[in-house]
Order: sequence, then structure tokens, then C-alpha cells
Amino acid sequence: MEQYLLTLITFLPALGMLVILALPGTAVHAIRWCAALFTGAVLALSTWLYFWGFDPASPGMQFTEQHDWIPSFHIQYYMGVDGLSLPLVFLSALIHFVAVFSSWNISKSVKGYFALLLLLEVGVTGVFLALDFFLFYVFWEIMLLPMYFLIGIWGGPRREYAAIKFFLFTLAGSVLMLVALVALYLKSGAGGIDPSFNLLALRELAAGWAQDPSTFLGMKFTTWIFWFLFIGFAIKIPVFPFHTWLPDAHVEAPTPISVILAGILLKLGAYGMMRVNFPLAPDAFNTFRDTLAVLGTINIVYGAYVAMGQTDFKRVVAYSSVSHMGYFLLGAAAMTSHGLNGANLQLFTHGTSSAMLFLIVGVVYDRAHHRDLNDFGGLGQRMPYYLGLSTIGIFAALGLPGLSGFIAEAATLLGAYERYPLLVLISTLGIIMTAAFLLYALQRVFLGKLPEKYAGFRDLSGREAFCLSVFAVWCILVGVLPTVVLNKMAPSLESWRTNMELAIRTATGG
Amino acid sequence: MLIPPAEGSPFGPATYLWLLAVPLLPLAAWMLQATIGRFLPRQGDWLPTGAMAVAAAIAIYWCVQVFRLHDPDFLLSTARDGYGWRFLYSGQAPGGALGGFSGGILYDNLAAILLAMVALVSFLVHLFSVGYMHGDSRYNVFFSNLPLFTFAMLALVLSDNLLFFFVFWEIMGLCSYLLIGHLALDKKEPRMSAAWASLKAFMTTRIGDVALFLGMCAVWAKFGTLSFHELYSRVAEVTDNGQSWPLWLTVAGLLMFGGSVGKSAQFPLHVWLPDAMEGPTPVSAMIHAATMVAAGVYLAGRVILLCSPDAQLVMACVGGFTALFAATIGMAAFDIKKVLAYSTISQLGYMICAIGVGGVAAGLFHVITHAFFKACLFLGSGSVIHGCHHEQDMRHMGGLRRRMKITYLTMLVSTLAIAGVPLFAGFYSKDAIIAATLEKKMTLGAGDAWLWALPFFFLILSAVLTAFYMFRLIHMTFHGQARSHHAEHAHESPASMTIPLIVLAALAIFGGRFWPADPAHALSGGREPWFLELVHDPKLENWNPQAIEAAGGWSQVGARGAVAHDAGHAEEHGAVAHAAHSQAMLFSILAAGLGILLSYVVYQWRLIDPARVARALGGFYTLVYNKYGFDELYHATVIRGTMLWSQFLSAFDARVIDGIANGIGRLMSRVAGFSAAYDRVVVDGAVNWLAESTSAAGQSLRRVQTGRIQQYAYFTFAGAVVLAVIVLLDLF
Repeated sequence: MEQYLLTLITFLPALGMLVILALPGTAVHAIRWCAALFTGAVLALSTWLYFWGFDPASPGMQFTEQHDWIPSFHIQYYMGVDGLSLPLVFLSALIHFVAVFSSWNISKSVKGYFALLLLLEVGVTGVFLALDFFLFYVFWEIMLLPMYFLIGIWGGPRREYAAIKFFLFTLAGSVLMLVALVALYLKSGAGGIDPSFNLLALRELAAGWAQDPSTFLGMKFTTWIFWFLFIGFAIKIPVFPFHTWLPDAHVEAPTPISVILAGILLKLGAYGMMRVNFPLAPDAFNTFRDTLAVLGTINIVYGAYVAMGQTDFKRVVAYSSVSHMGYFLLGAAAMTSHGLNGANLQLFTHGTSSAMLFLIVGVVYDRAHHRDLNDFGGLGQRMPYYLGLSTIGIFAALGLPGLSGFIAEAATLLGAYERYPLLVLISTLGIIMTAAFLLYALQRVFLGKLPEKYAGFRDLSGREAFCLSVFAVWCILVGVLPTVVLNKMAPSLESWRTNMELAIRTATGG
Repeated sequence: MLIPPAEGSPFGPATYLWLLAVPLLPLAAWMLQATIGRFLPRQGDWLPTGAMAVAAAIAIYWCVQVFRLHDPDFLLSTARDGYGWRFLYSGQAPGGALGGFSGGILYDNLAAILLAMVALVSFLVHLFSVGYMHGDSRYNVFFSNLPLFTFAMLALVLSDNLLFFFVFWEIMGLCSYLLIGHLALDKKEPRMSAAWASLKAFMTTRIGDVALFLGMCAVWAKFGTLSFHELYSRVAEVTDNGQSWPLWLTVAGLLMFGGSVGKSAQFPLHVWLPDAMEGPTPVSAMIHAATMVAAGVYLAGRVILLCSPDAQLVMACVGGFTALFAATIGMAAFDIKKVLAYSTISQLGYMICAIGVGGVAAGLFHVITHAFFKACLFLGSGSVIHGCHHEQDMRHMGGLRRRMKITYLTMLVSTLAIAGVPLFAGFYSKDAIIAATLEKKMTLGAGDAWLWALPFFFLILSAVLTAFYMFRLIHMTFHGQARSHHAEHAHESPASMTIPLIVLAALAIFGGRFWPADPAHALSGGREPWFLELVHDPKLENWNPQAIEAAGGWSQVGARGAVAHDAGHAEEHGAVAHAAHSQAMLFSILAAGLGILLSYVVYQWRLIDPARVARALGGFYTLVYNKYGFDELYHATVIRGTMLWSQFLSAFDARVIDGIANGIGRLMSRVAGFSAAYDRVVVDGAVNWLAESTSAAGQSLRRVQTGRIQQYAYFTFAGAVVLAVIVLLDLF
């Protein structure tokens, strides 16, 4: 079974989708449990892979599967997992599993909803595991449509606007990626060898392309590739100024979809940079990394300040995502050992903490049917368990040591300081502001006098408590024992860094 | 390379386990109390209190062992003995080791004493809280946050590197947030002011924390280590034993000192500490004596070797200024807890100032003695407030001496200690500090180093003020006649509250000089206070690897230092130090006496009317009464500025950035409409099939009322893609 493990992890939800489509639309309970069963199976397999199957000492690809798919275009079905993708595969399984339970109270066309949710999981997991660029692109597009419908049909009042906005932004990114995809394919065949979509093979060729001095409109081939891919992935992260789709999508999306969006979809952009963008244009990366670091810093600080200015609880959390994803860019651009580890750990830790924050918003929205921070207060009186779990989530997000966010941010900044002391100095403004807007939000929701109209609120239901606790456990676990994640990815990242440095040296003739 | 325990020595590998138990006991208590506390009998208050009793016993036992060893160079370090916790990564990467952090325990004389002090004071605060917090609506939550607070401080004291230090430092920030805001969730009467105070405390200290973190980044980037001892030796190398300091190290030192400024409430980040009074009184005692503020001074003591002379001068001046500045505010305050809060800020200024002028041991000594008498004063004020039915204004007290005898006597003893009256604990540490400032001034001469004279004058002046306003507190609270109904019917507190007071008062008397008679020193009579015998001012040259090697390894360093001490120190330096000490003692006794005398003149004998003095001072009095207006200033500048800026950026985001996105969307939709029309008119049957399938896709999307912009956009883009690719590859 082990040689098909990755296929199984990727396509089990597709099977689940088929089963759900075969069920009658009225069998609401069967549909929910079916979704839970299949996402649960994926989680079980991913857990095994994460803790036992994967060999952390080896930096290379593991559990690879390689078959010809469309031989005439040298397209392969090539899957594999390394330390870069492993935590994200696990995170994806975890988030989708929790999202199913968080979707329990969805009542509008349940069948379609869960079918799309499972299809989404196929796309997301596939992107993390694909090692063929074409396959990667196919999974990337698979993920796009379910998300569009999940926001557009099950969303809030302005769902159409938000869905189209999400779709167009992401589509623009996809198209840029498509251009790069085709260009890379053709370029790889230029030396009289067979062209290829194989990401690992393309990486070997990338340093050579960089030495080609010919330019088009004043830019080298690798520079074009770099920016096309970068903008494509930057929209997904999202990097300033491509971020405005995110708050709208979040505000309109139903809670579980926000959880998936913040928890795992944003990470796809970052993963794409690590897997595709930077390794395939190492010299351009080296040239523009300072720009990237500046963009990352803008994300951190700008996102935090804008979050402070919001009154909608969900918009606050959405902008906090913008801020937190900036750390990835800053750490990756620094390309030091700690910077890279911190940046990639940030993907995992932000996945858990932002998922928690969106669940927290969902809990209060389900009861109050609004999200205006200035209209809450005193909920801590009525809902002690909610307060307790929210405190964990909020402090994890603001980077309190002992919880996950701190390790990632501290490692990122410690690593980035060597190269960008000034930018690290500026980003600490973001640290202070993050604490300010999150605690200010906490204060306005939970503390003080309880208004009469909220006196009837119930504390967390068992289902809500379960969803929040799953992430709370991971926030604490990674905060206390960061080795649980770092040990898995550190060897691969170290080899990633060595390869990049080698490629940069080759490319620049140094 | 484990060093085997010496013959008959109590210290061995097992010591580390005992020491580890000290912070882990309150941690375990927290875990149990936070989860099942509410179901336990008495809501589980005995669980953390009991755990703290055991932890305090262990900490004191090992502290006594350290006393018996009586070796100023005593050091237990897991790093030296080959233990440690690899914190970030535990594996090895192929082609090189990962630069992970390995952290462990550092247990020297300073850590031993501080650990015992923190554990003991914290245990007493737990005990006191059993009585004081009785009837609180979140009693069980209070008793789960308190041991977590203690855990963080105890673990911080034992940390051997800056990263762990920072971790526990921040957890303490969390606990202070939760405890100061305790009453914001009170079931009967939620107090929003407590919520604001906790937010203020967290945010203000976090500014300092961020500075500390940046300082950590700076030394990490240059030295690749955060372990205290490795940092000392790297700094000794880089600066040639402190002879030449690069600018970046000065900046890094100042940044790390920023952490102390935040946590220890030094000017200009002092504003959070008085507001932290919103927390229940035992919390104030914790923050002001055993945890938080002590951590800031401890940090300064640990990183002082990384600070250049310029950074030290800044420390000395900030500390000295804070001491005086806070003392003046304390003179005009009427809330009993506010007086104590400003006295804490002032005393912390002493400690920071001492460390800045090189009297590191003196400053840390004051941490210990201050912890005893300040904890006593705070718990005493809690007892007063408890007895007066939550009256905190001293103008409505008076005459409590007769009704609350134990509280009165214990607080009087502590006031004598804080005022620096000879034979009480505070005298020895305060005297050592003033001596250190004077010594610094004398050794540097009167020339261009006039700035070094400032700390001495600041401290002497604030010594007078301290004695004055502390006795003012005693007069207004306990002497004279009762001035309110509550004060008339005040009652003494229960035993769970008075026992901690008595223990702390005893320590406030004997804490400065409790050596048992030592025959070897009995005749000379010139024995130093116990703390100064055990903890010496650290010297950078002791950490220089070359020097250590030349001296024959670590074990010889102490001996080498002792030789240097005998040779050079005794002749030149010793003479100055001796002169400084005798002068300082005279000055500090005079200052204390003057302050106490003045307070009697004004409040006991009523020769001067304080209201008339206030009127005579006019605007200045108002300024002091309003705490120099720093709260208002910060509110008008920092807070308002931040809010306005974030609102501006939000509007910018919504109007400009989003406006551009929407504008492009509209433009695209026009272009797509045009190309669709072109498609319809020009392209004939061969393409109709494609058009139909497009329309079918459109139908499916129309069901969700989305319009067709995306398809048009898609085709526009796809056309662009193909074109771009063709052009690109032709040209490369």
C-alpha cells in the first residue's frame, strides 16, 4: 500500500465526493458523516505518514510515484513528499477534517456543499504533493472552482461580489503561472533534450538558463519567469498590494470555508514559491530578494495597522492573516537557516492559529448574527469555556512564547536579522500592533458588563469545543515542542538552501 | 563531560532534578487547577498553595546548601555538565549541524538566592490570598493564574540563555495581563478599568519586550549564541576585555536594557505599574516584589557584561532619574496602593541605577531586601483595605494603629526598612547602592565625567523623599483619629493573612544581615552583608577565553580573580571604595533621618500644613498630583496617533487599493464585452461550437447569479497568454 499512499491521500476525498453524489440529497446526516469519514481517513493516513512513515533524516523526496500520463507532452503523474510539503499535507488533512465538523449546521443544499468541500481537499493536497509542474497546475485549478462556489452560494450577503473577486484575482495568478509553465516547458527542450514538466529536473536546468544573457523587453528569461510566477503566487499569499480579495472573501465566506481559506489555501502561494518560483529562477530570486523582504515587511506592518482600524471581527482576523503571512516572505528572502525554518514553520503555525481565530469569530456570529466589535461585551461572563479557548487562540496568534506563533516569528526574525536588521526593526511594529488589535478585540468581546440582549447565549457546544480544541492542542504542542514540526522540515530546508546557494553561485558565475 | 560531585558535596546531577522541580511544581499545580480546580473542595486553593510550599522548601534547602559552601564562584551549569534541552531542532542535517538552541539551567549564588526568595514570597502571597480573595467570584481562576505566574518567574531565574529567558519573560507578561484584569470578569461587578489596566500593562511592557528581542537578534546575528556565559566570553573577546566597544554592541546593550525599562517600569515606560493596582492586592504584591519587576532588574544584572560604558551611563541615569521622579509623585498620592506603586518604581530606579554604575551586586541585593519589605507593605495594605471594607483613600483612614495591631507593626517595620533606617534590611542594600554611585563618581574624577555624579544626587534626594512619603503613609493610615466610618469599624485580618505579614516583617528586619556568627570574622567585625559576600560584581575579564586558558581553566578563575583582588584592588581601588562607603553611610543615614523628621513635622506634630504647602507650590503641585501628565501625553500622542494612522490606512486600503482592483475589474469587463461582440459578429460557424459550450458553462454559472465576467476575462487572458508565450520563446 505504501507505494500508493500519496495517491490514496490525494484522491480519497474524490471517492468520498462520488459517494456523496450517489446519496440522496435528503440524507443530510449520511452525507455529513460520509464527509467526516473520508476526511477522517485522509487525516489518519496523513498522521501515519507524518509521525511514522516519513523519514525525517532524509532531505529528499519520499513515497514517490512516477508514471507517464500524457507522454506526447512529457507530462507525468509524479507525486512525492519531502520536509517542505509534509507539514502542509498534514495540516491540510487536519483543517479539512475539522472544517467538516464545523460545517455541521450548514443547511442549504448540504449535498453540493460537502461534495465541493471534498473536491477542494483533492486540489489542495494534490498541489502539495505534485512534482510535475503540469500536474501541479491541474490541481491548482481544481482547487479554484469549488472555492468559488463555496463562497458564492453559501456565503454572506455580498457573496457574489466576494466570489467573483476571489475568482478573478486567483485566475489572474493562474494565467501568469500558465504562461510561465508553457515557457519553461519549451525552454527546457531548447538544448536538444526532451522538454519536461518535472519540477526537480527543471530545477537542475534553472542555473544554466540564468547564464543566458539574451533579454526580452530588457529582462532576462529567468527574470520574466520569476515575476510571472511570483505574482501568481503572491496573489494567493496574499502579498501587498494584491491582498484586497482576502478580506472580502473571508467576510462573506461561511466559517468553515474561512477556516480552510486562511488555514491552508494561503499556504499554497507560499509553498508554490518554495517549490516552484524560487528554485526555477534562482538568480532572479537573488536579485530581487531584497524587494521581497520589503514586501514581506509591508505585509507585516500594513496588515497589522489596517486590522487595528477595522470594526468587523472577521475583517480584523482577515487582516491579521495578511500581517502574519508577511513573515514567510521576510524569512524566505533572508534565506538563512533560521529564517527559512521560521518562515515555513509560520505556515504551519499560522494555519492552526488563524483557523482557531476564524472558528472563534464563527461561534459568536452564530449566536449574535453580527460581527461588530463595538456591539459586544461581557461575553466572558456567560461563556467561560469560549473565553478560555479564545484566549489560547488569540495569544497563539499574537506570538506568546509557549504557544506556536512565537517560535515561528522569533526564528524568522532572528534569522532575518543577519541580512535585514532594519526591516526586522520595522516589523517589530507589527508585533506590537498585532498584540494591540487582538487584545483590544478580546476586550471588546469578552470583558466588562454583559449586555441584556446577550444574556441568553449558551457556552460552546461539544462540537464547537472539539473543533477549537484540536487546534488549541497543536498551538500548545508546537509552542512547547517545536521539534515536532521543525525536525521534519529542517533537513529538507537545509538541502533546499544549499541547492539554492549553489544555483545562485553558478548563475552569477561566482 | 560530567563533573563528578566533590567528596561530601551535596551538589551532583540530582541537584538539577531538584531544581527543575521548583518551577515544575507550580506548573503542575496550574495545569490541575486550570482544568479540574473548580470541582475540588475549596475550589482547589490548597493545591497551588501546597505546591508552592513544597517548591519553597526545596528552593530554600538548596539555597542553604549554597550558603554553607560559601564560594563566590559557585556555579552549576547544565551546559558545562553536558545536559540540555535542544529546543528548536534535535536532529542533524546532512552536510552540517543545524544551529539549534540548546538551553538549560544556570544555578549560581545569585540564582540560588533569587530562586529561594521568589518561591518563599510567592508561597506567602498564595497563603495570603486564601484569606484575601475569599468570596471572589472567580476564586478558582485566580488560583490557577497565580502559580503560572510563579512558574514563569522561577523558570526565568534558572534559565541559562536569553531565548528561554525571553520565553518565560513573556509568559509572565501573559500572567500579569490575566491577573491585573482579574476583576474585569467579576461576576457581580465587572470592572472595565481593570480591563484597560491589563491592556495597558501588557502593551507597555511589550514595547520593552520587543526592544529586548531586537537586542537578542543583534547579538545572535554577530555571535550565533544566546547562552549567557558564551555571550560573556564572546563580548570579552570582541571588546578586548571591555577596552573598546563597537557601536552596535552599545546599541544592542541599550535595546536589551529596554526590556528592563518595560518590565521594571522605568521612565518613560513606568506608566503601567500604578494602573496595575487594578488587580487584586496579592497580585500587586507578586508583581512588585517577587516577579515581573524583579525580572527586569535580574535581566539587567545578567546582561550588564554585554553593556558598554555608554550603555551603562544611560542605565545609571535612567535609573537615578526614575528613582527621584517616582518619589516626587509618591509624595502627592492619596491612594494607599498608589503610594506603594510609586515607591516601587522609585526603588527599582535605585536597583537599575546601581547596576548601571557597576554596583551590580548592590542592585541585586536590593531586589532581595525590597522583595521582603515591599511584599510586606503590599500585603499589609491589602490587610488595611480588607479591614476597611475596600476603602483605599488614605484621607478616609487614620487611627488604625489600635484596631489592626499586627498589620500596623509589620507595616511599620517594613517602612523603617524601605526608608533605610540602620539595622533594617533595606539599609544595607540601599547603603551599598549609594556607595556604589559615590565610588563611581570618585574613581572617574570630576572632569568630563560629571554625568556620573548625577546618579548619586538623584539617589540621595530620593532617599529623603522615600523616608518622608512612607512615613506620611504610616501617619495618615495608622496614627491620629479615624476619619471615616469604615476606619472606625476596621478589624484585624484573619491568621492566613497576618502570618505572611509576620514572616515578611521578620525578613524585613533580618534580611540584610542574617549571617550566623562566624568565628573567622567575629573579631574583625567588618563583615559585609551576606549577599555581597556571596555575589560579586561580575567582571568581563573573567570571561575572556584566552585569560581563562592562561589561568589554567575554569576552576582557577576564582583564584585568579582573588589574586587580582588582593594585589590591585586593595591598594588603589580599595582606598576609594572605603572612602566612598563611609561617606555613603553617613549620607544615607542623614537622608533617612531628615525624611522621617520632616514627616513628623508635617503629619504628626502638624507644624506645617500640607495643604498650604500644596497651595504655595501651585501649578507644580498640580503637575505632580497628575503624575506629570504622562498618561495624558501618551494618550494624545502615541495612542491617538496610532489609532488615526490605522484608520487612515484602513481607508486607504478600502478606497485606493481596493478601488484600483475594482477599477481594473470594470475595465476588464468592458474589454471582455467588446471581444465577445467581436466574437459574435466576425467569427463564423467553425467557432460556433466553442461559443455554445461557453454559453453552456455560462448557464451553469448563471444559476449562482454571477454574471459572465469571469469567462470573458478568462478568454482575454488566455489570448494574452498564448501571445506572450509565442513572443517570449521566439526571442529567447
